[in-house]
Amino acid sequence: MNYSSKQPKVIQFAFLLVVFFTLYFLIGPADSNFFWRLPPLIKELPLLINNAANYLMFEWMPIDVYDPEIEEYEQRALVKQITRAISGALLFSIEFIREILLGGVKTIVTFSSWDFVSENKWARWPALPWTVVAGGAILLGYKLQGKGLAFLAAFATSYIAIFGQWEPSMETLSFVLIAAPISVILGLALGVWAFKSRRVDTTLQPLLNVAQTMPHYSYLVPVMVFFGVGDHAGAIATVIFATPPMVRLTLLGLKKVSPEVVEAGMMSGCSNYQLLFKVVIPTARHDILIGVNQVIMQCLAMAVIASFIGAKGLGFNLLLALNQLRIGQALELGICITLIAVVLDKLSLAWANKQTDYFSDLSFFERHKYSLLFLAVFVAGTLLAYIGTFFFKEGFNYFYIIPHNKGITTENFWQAGVDWIWDTFFFSLKAFNVFLITKVLMPMKAAYLGMPVIATFVLVMGTAFILGRLRSALIVGGFLLFIALTEWWDRALITAYMATFGVIVSSIIGITVGTLCSQNKFSSKAILLVCDTFQTFPSFIYLIPVIMLFGVTDTSVLIAVIVYATIPATRYTVEGLRSVPPELHDAGSMSGVNRFQRWVSIELPLAFPHMMLGINQTVVFALFMVIIGAMIGTDDLGQFILKALSDKNGIGNGLTLGLCVAFIGLAVDQILRTWANERKKALGLN
Amino acid sequence: MFSIKKTTGAIIAGTMLAFSASTVAVADSSSPIKIPTHNWSSQVVMAYVIGGIFESMGNNVEYVPADSQAVYEAIRIGDITISHEVWQSSFGKSFYNAMAKGGVIDAGTHSAPTLEEMGVPTWVIDKGLCPGLPNWEALKNCSAAFVTPDSGGKGRWLEGPQSWHGDLMPTRVKALGLGDKYVVKFAGGADALWADLASAKKEGRATIIFNWTPNFTDAEGFTFIEFPEYTDGCRTADGGDGSCGSPKGWLKKAANYKFPKTHPKAYTAYSKMSFSTTDIGQMAALVDIDKLSHQDAAKKWLADHKDRWEHYTK
Repeated sequence: MNYSSKQPKVIQFAFLLVVFFTLYFLIGPADSNFFWRLPPLIKELPLLINNAANYLMFEWMPIDVYDPEIEEYEQRALVKQITRAISGALLFSIEFIREILLGGVKTIVTFSSWDFVSENKWARWPALPWTVVAGGAILLGYKLQGKGLAFLAAFATSYIAIFGQWEPSMETLSFVLIAAPISVILGLALGVWAFKSRRVDTTLQPLLNVAQTMPHYSYLVPVMVFFGVGDHAGAIATVIFATPPMVRLTLLGLKKVSPEVVEAGMMSGCSNYQLLFKVVIPTARHDILIGVNQVIMQCLAMAVIASFIGAKGLGFNLLLALNQLRIGQALELGICITLIAVVLDKLSLAWANKQTDYFSDLSFFERHKYSLLFLAVFVAGTLLAYIGTFFFKEGFNYFYIIPHNKGITTENFWQAGVDWIWDTFFFSLKAFNVFLITKVLMPMKAAYLGMPVIATFVLVMGTAFILGRLRSALIVGGFLLFIALTEWWDRALITAYMATFGVIVSSIIGITVGTLCSQNKFSSKAILLVCDTFQTFPSFIYLIPVIMLFGVTDTSVLIAVIVYATIPATRYTVEGLRSVPPELHDAGSMSGVNRFQRWVSIELPLAFPHMMLGINQTVVFALFMVIIGAMIGTDDLGQFILKALSDKNGIGNGLTLGLCVAFIGLAVDQILRTWANERKKALGLN
Repeated sequence: MFSIKKTTGAIIAGTMLAFSASTVAVADSSSPIKIPTHNWSSQVVMAYVIGGIFESMGNNVEYVPADSQAVYEAIRIGDITISHEVWQSSFGKSFYNAMAKGGVIDAGTHSAPTLEEMGVPTWVIDKGLCPGLPNWEALKNCSAAFVTPDSGGKGRWLEGPQSWHGDLMPTRVKALGLGDKYVVKFAGGADALWADLASAKKEGRATIIFNWTPNFTDAEGFTFIEFPEYTDGCRTADGGDGSCGSPKGWLKKAANYKFPKTHPKAYTAYSKMSFSTTDIGQMAALVDIDKLSHQDAAKKWLADHKDRWEHYTK
């Protein structure tokens, strides 16, 4: 033991590989052999989860509720009443914002009844004309930051309006405007709570880990059963998905606040409340704002998935367009999603960075300049909409609301582009595809599936042991054991094979591109912008063209995986390399290293821990996309998660499968994180 | 004692309900009927058509996007009121699973006969890529035409996702003795099927995919393979060996169990509704060929074919 730990890691790895391959070739496939496959001892777990959820939802603590519709008392479980009350409140808020933007009757119904609305046709909330919403967004951008943001808002709103996507965009917006603030507030509250109490912190960490690595498909059915179908269900799934990074970043920011700042606050006589909201949180603003940025990105990234359980808007239309293979239309919708994300992100950043000017002495007019301007826009827009009713006779008033899909479209252009790619590259791509599948992917898949379970454990736990000692090895072993005891071990191996391939290629591309772009300030900025765009741009759009080119094969899935998983690899490489102090560059140059030597011996080792976190994220992104790859057609865990949507034990199957995926991610996370931390210590970073 | 009390209570309540139902002129509740929209054209247009019919009767209607498999659980719980396109082979399982748990009722069948089966685009036959089709025996001699890179030298059947019919197709391939010549690949969804259809056409490559009729692919020409005829009990689930084709299927309508009580008039109309292959084809064509939006297509169909739906409302 002592002897081996003194050996350099290379020798330990060599030893590990020898053991691994001996086991690999020694143990042949035999179902009765426990070294080949473990028996599915927790096969019943999904059923158990399912029965527990059903009991909780439909039987536990029944109360009699009168249903006026069918004039009968019904027994309803307490939990269902509570979750439905939450759903109702959420739905009301979403509808309220939606009706301000698009008009409707639901808000009035809430305060009266459907009967009242049916009888009184005048009781209808009018929509804000699109010109007023656009004007408002531009004014807000100008007020919060200046011309640049105003221009961006103008571009985004006119793009959405001109392309005839106003209605679905506002539907999506209304649901994001509820989901995002809830995620931010929830994340902030949990982060502060975890900061104050160590116990909360330690219980929260594993929950956050699981929530961040679990594929969103797997909790769609539980959310639907507990909260029902509709925009509120979409919002709840989005909140589950978007809150964890907010909690993480809040906690990170708060921990970084130096004790001197807190002491200064206390000396000035702050109460606890003041200390938190006027001193600590503003000081941690930088990290908290990155959290807000992540929440907004995540919310819009969920727009498509949320439409599986009832969210209206761009996501649903996008799926519909893809089903008709109208890639051009889907692309236009995808751009709307990205534009909304960018504008919201910039607006929230500008708002949070805006300093209050306590000393200026302004007149009434100056103080309310923007409100008055908005009032003017409102009056002008309304007038214009009114004039429009005389002008447009065929029933669509373009000054009021641009009807859906009645704007201009560039669909034919994109379609032609797809055709061109097809005609030019198809046959060379096909040769490549055949080579990749027969020479690389199929053998790799067979190799993964031919791995005896004991060999997998030895390899993974051994790696964890070498990089992070016994504790790491045990944690990783625990994760693997869970998966090995379900009946889906083989499926998990296929998921692992695709994720491994995706991660290797993404990392190579990401680190190369990241390194090249980080050489220069402008290219760094540009590549980070590209990363942001691709993160919110719905991945479903490129699934279809990819299938057209590469067929329903693993290649298609992997291309989608690589496009998506390269984002974090690139981003963290750029950030890591940019954070290497320029003094060290100079010191290196003075010692006479050339550019390449400097990169290998100075920049790369110093940026290594941060880049490892990037690879960590790459693994999570790759797993997500492999699971979404089920929409193309895979035979891994993802296909079964998709199947859970129709299963009798859907809740249990979905959650258990989701946990399997999460545990693969967490096992890799454990190994990489301990390694990165060790390197950090060795380098004397923080 | 307690149970007797409860039963009498139930009887009284039951008679009271029957009494009130028979004497008081029952009007539909004004709360909205929730109609799901899925991700294929004919379903969305029909949702707006049925919604339009309900609206013409004075009902309020709301459209909710939902996943086509998960929707039955939602109907069962009451979050969605109806589902008007229950395809036997693809959704029959989800439908009956939900019905077994209670809360979903069968509201009748459309007159359109459906067929969900493996088939080839008609041009594959015209070009003679597999002589003898649509008879399934022809498949024995032309598996090479259907080989793809990942099929390991065998011909590939592109089946829908596993959630549609589980292992039905792999079993059939084996039972028909095609196991050493063909392999079944599960696609991720309908989009993947259409994408493969489009790319096969461009490439001039033969392909066998799972498809159904009525569907928009009918217009371009799609031929279903004629397998040994379906008989009761021929599938493995029913004790057979699985060597048979799909039955002429039904297209049903599902509803939440409260729908007849809350909206008696709308429910009566709904249970009478029965769309034919022509109706469904017309609705899909308005969107897929004339490129109208789904709402406009529904409005146009309702206006042009009053004779096809007005009698449901009476």
